[in-house]
This record gives sequence, C-alpha cells and structure tokens, in this order.
Amino acid sequence: MIRFDRVSKRYPGGYDALREVGFSIESNELVFLTGHSGAGKSTLLKLIMMMERPSRGQVIVNNRSLKDMSRRRIPQHRREIGVVFQNHQLLFDRSVFDNVALPLAIAGYPSRDIGRRVRAALDKVGLLSREKHMPITLSGGEQQRVGIARAVVNKPRVLLADEPTGNLDPALSAEIMHLFEQFNQVGVTVLIASHDLALISQLHYRIITLSEGRLLVGGVD
Amino acid sequence: MTRSPRSRSEVVSRGDQGASPTQTNMVQRLTGWWRHHLTMARDSLQRLLDRPWSSVMTWLVIGIALALPVSLSVLVSGAESVSRNWDSGAQLSVFLKHDLNTGTVNALAGDIEDMPEVSSVRGISPAEALAEFESFSGFGDALRNLDSNPLPHLLLITPAQAAQTSEQIGDLSRRVSSLVGVDQVVVDMEWVERLRAMMALGKRAVLALGTILALGVLLIIGNTIRLTVESRRDEIVVVKLVGGSDAFVRRPFLYTGLWYGLGGALVAWALVVLVLFWLEGPLSSLAEQYQSAAMAPSLGVLGALQLLLFGGTLGLLGAWVTVSRHLASIEPR
Ligand SMILES: Nc1ncnc2c1ncn2[C@@H]1O[C@H](COP(=O)(O)OP(=O)(O)O)[C@@H](O)[C@H]1O
Ligand SMILES: [Mg+2]
Repeated sequence: MIRFDRVSKRYPGGYDALREVGFSIESNELVFLTGHSGAGKSTLLKLIMMMERPSRGQVIVNNRSLKDMSRRRIPQHRREIGVVFQNHQLLFDRSVFDNVALPLAIAGYPSRDIGRRVRAALDKVGLLSREKHMPITLSGGEQQRVGIARAVVNKPRVLLADEPTGNLDPALSAEIMHLFEQFNQVGVTVLIASHDLALISQLHYRIITLSEGRLLVGGVD
Repeated sequence: MTRSPRSRSEVVSRGDQGASPTQTNMVQRLTGWWRHHLTMARDSLQRLLDRPWSSVMTWLVIGIALALPVSLSVLVSGAESVSRNWDSGAQLSVFLKHDLNTGTVNALAGDIEDMPEVSSVRGISPAEALAEFESFSGFGDALRNLDSNPLPHLLLITPAQAAQTSEQIGDLSRRVSSLVGVDQVVVDMEWVERLRAMMALGKRAVLALGTILALGVLLIIGNTIRLTVESRRDEIVVVKLVGGSDAFVRRPFLYTGLWYGLGGALVAWALVVLVLFWLEGPLSSLAEQYQSAAMAPSLGVLGALQLLLFGGTLGLLGAWVTVSRHLASIEPR
C-alpha cells in the first residue's frame, strides 16, 4: 500500500531529514513509526501526503508513484488519505459538524449524505452529542477525536497520524490508539508516528524506527 | 465510548465502498457542487455583513470610483444625441457675382434647387441683405451713405436629408462653385465639426478616466481580498490538507470579490441617479435655449444592468488575480 524506495529528503539549507529510507507497508497493516524528536517521522508522513517531495528515491502509494504526480493531482491524492495531526488542525470558527464535514464538502457530496456520514463518524469517536459545539469548547482529547472523525469520514484506505496522542494523558492515549486499531480491523491501512514507546510496545504491531533520518529497524526486506 | 451497531457498519465497515468519493455519480456531484456554490456565496456575503463598517466603506469607495465616469459618459452621450439634431442645420451660403440680373439669379437658384442633394434654396437680394446687416451691425448710417449696395446676391442652400455627411456637402459645394455666376460658396458647418471634435475629445477623456478608475477599483478589491486571504490563512492550509483543490480554495474569495463589485456597482448606480436628477433642471433649461429636444440623460435599465455586470466582473477579476497570486504561497508545512 505504501512503499519507500531508498528515499532521501534534504531540506533547503542542507539538512538531511531522511537518508536512503526503504520499507513497505501492506494494505490492512497497522504500523508504528518511532524515533527521537527530529528523527524524520513528520518528514516521512509529509512525503506520503505530498506536502514535501523527496530529494532522491521514490514514494509509492496505492501502486502509484508520487514522483510523476502533477500539482493538479495532489488534492485528489490527499482525499484518498485520512490524516490526523498532533495539533488537530481544526477550524476554530466552525462547529464540530462543519469541521468533520469539510472533506465531504470538498469531494462534493450531497448534503443529506454529508449529514449521515458526519454523524456516523462522530458517533464512532463518541462525540455525536457535540456536533453543534465549537471546537474551542472541547477538551484536548475531544478535539483530537474530532480530528480523527474528519480523517475517516471520507472512508480513506490509508490513515496517517502524526503524534496523535502527543498532548494526552496515558488513559486518553490508549483510547485513541484503540480507535486506530478498530479502523485497522476493518481494513484501513494505518501508519502512526509516535515517540510514546511505552504505549506502542504494548500493542504488538510492527514498529519502524528512525534515527537521524536513517531506518534502524522495522523495514521489510 | 458508546457506539451503536449502525454507526459501526457505516463508518468502519469497508463493505460499502460503492460510495467512495471517486465513484459518486454525476448528478450527485453536480447538485453537491451547486449547493456548495450557494453556501459559499451566502457565507461570503455573511462575512461581509459581519463587519458592516469596513464593508460599507469599501462599497462606497468602489461606488464613487465607478459613478464618476458613468455619470460623465451618460452626460456626454446625452449631449451627443442632442447635437445630432443640430447637425441637420448645416447650410451652404452661395455668394453670386455682382453683375447678375434678377432673371439670371432666379435661373441659377432653380438649377440648384433641381439638384437631388438639395432640399431647398432661399434667395436673399442685396437689398434684403443690406437691411439685415444694418439691423444687427449698427452701421446703418454709414452704409446708407454709400452710392451703391456693395452686397452681392446670396443663395442659402439647405441640403437634402439624405445628403448630410461632410463629404456629400463638400461635393455639393464644389459642384455649385463650378456653376457660371457663382463667386464663392461658404459651408456653414465649421461649428458643427468643432462640436463633434469636442464631443470626441470628451468621450476619450471619459474613457481614459473610466479606465484609470476601473484599475483603481481592481486594486482596491485586490487589496481587500489580500487581507481576507491573509486572515484566513490557517483555514486555507487545512482545506488544502484534506484535499481541497485550488478551485475550491479560491471559491469563497471569488464570491467575496463578486459581492464587493456588485455592492459597489449598486452604490454607483444610486449616485448616478442622484447626480442626473440634480442636473435635470439646469439641463432642460439649457436645451430650451438651444431650441433642441429636451435633454433627459438617464442610465436606463440596460445601463444599470451593464453597470452591475461591469462591477461584478471587476470584483471577480480583482479577486481572481489576487487569490491566484497568494494561494500558491500558502501551502501546508
Ligand atoms: N521545512 C523544513 N526545513 C528545514 N528543516 C526541516 C524542515 N522540517 C523539518 N526539518 C528538520 O528535519 C529534521 C526532521 O524533522 P521531522 O521530520 O519533523 O522530525 P520528527 O517528526 O521525527 O521530530 C529536523 O531536524 C527538522 O529540524
Ligand atoms: Mg514530528
């Protein structure tokens, strides 16, 4: 589903955030991506989202090489991937409902489908009763769940998460991870960047470890 | 966390992939697209109304900038339509040689009157001419002391309605000049030409002024939209992150531009109506003095629609240029 082929990323300024990274993730897999702060986890996810392009090597998502993808195709590519950020990236002047509905509005769904899907996604993350609230009135964990509902509302086949439990206490973190497991159980390919080793080592999934931009362990072949 | 079995099958199940975004059918997409446009249009207007003072200011500035050239152009075209009536007053004055007798003069007048380009000919005898000259020059006494009347016979030619262009009148003038007994032909049309030249100058000036002010309006709208884009930077980033195309991101700003342009055009329309209403009295008394049809310049329904169309187009254009320039620089990092 996701394959990195000797991928290097050098940022303008000369810093090598990723060096010759190679691995592949099969569909229906759940994989954790870990490593010290600055190891290149976020960079790796940004390459999948096409927020950055590799300096060398190629990234293949869903059998498509991102190398030949034009700028115009990027939005379509992003619609096929759900993404959750540590800082939520919610719109604070819109209700919870409107935030979750955003990907559907972008994809041009009719409004009754939007209502049905948004409520289903909010129900799934346990926030159905909050659909009319503004995000600012929610706790950190709840905001993160709104972010997750937005990421899955479009039923993407790939779900990425960058430090989704970064600001949460252990109990809330475990709950969030459990949500990701449930999405994975119904066939979504999940890649979660996290440095919370204590949490992710309990969960018995493959762990890819980066250090200073190099892949240490967890790449297949 | 509580979950109902229904929701589980809806969000989590991979069973109903049929409704994935790439497979939504065409009609659904179109209605969704249309609904999105309506929502965007309403949201953008609502955002403008949420900050009434700054929006009204922008509308006023745009309105004034549009009203100035539009009022002037309405006035110029009003003056033009009035002067079109004056055009038909072009006349030829034919001065005959001194030694002609009345019989020859009448024959000559008859010949000229028979020309197809001529509508009518009026003869003025030297005696009549002298009387007229005396009455308006005040040199009556001096003239009466002359031995003989120095004035020649004069024929006034009114060209036919179908022969009013400058070339036709020039041709006619040459033909009449070549007749035996004709001394000189004076075309009494210079003032009409001068008026026309001034009218053309006026139209150009209005066009130039209009172009400059339209550019100004573009800049005003562009700058206002730029501030709006800046203030919604975070939102643009999020929309791009979840797969919003450039067109999707651009849309609310285009509507903002459209509302600025349309609102400005409405203000301009009201100003033009006021100005013309205010000028109506002086204009009609002016028209009376020139014995011309009353000049009642107005924008009319068509003009008002054109003004709205123009304002809306300016708004869209200004927004388009600005948003396109700024959007590329706002990328998720
Ligand atoms: N846009 C950028 N420009 C320059 N350097 C960057 C940029 N983004 C990240 N980096 C650098 O690349 C390295 C890896 O960053 P990142 O992928 O965010 O690491 P992680 O998510 O593992 O903490 C860091 O040293 C960071 O400073
Ligand atoms: Mg990071």
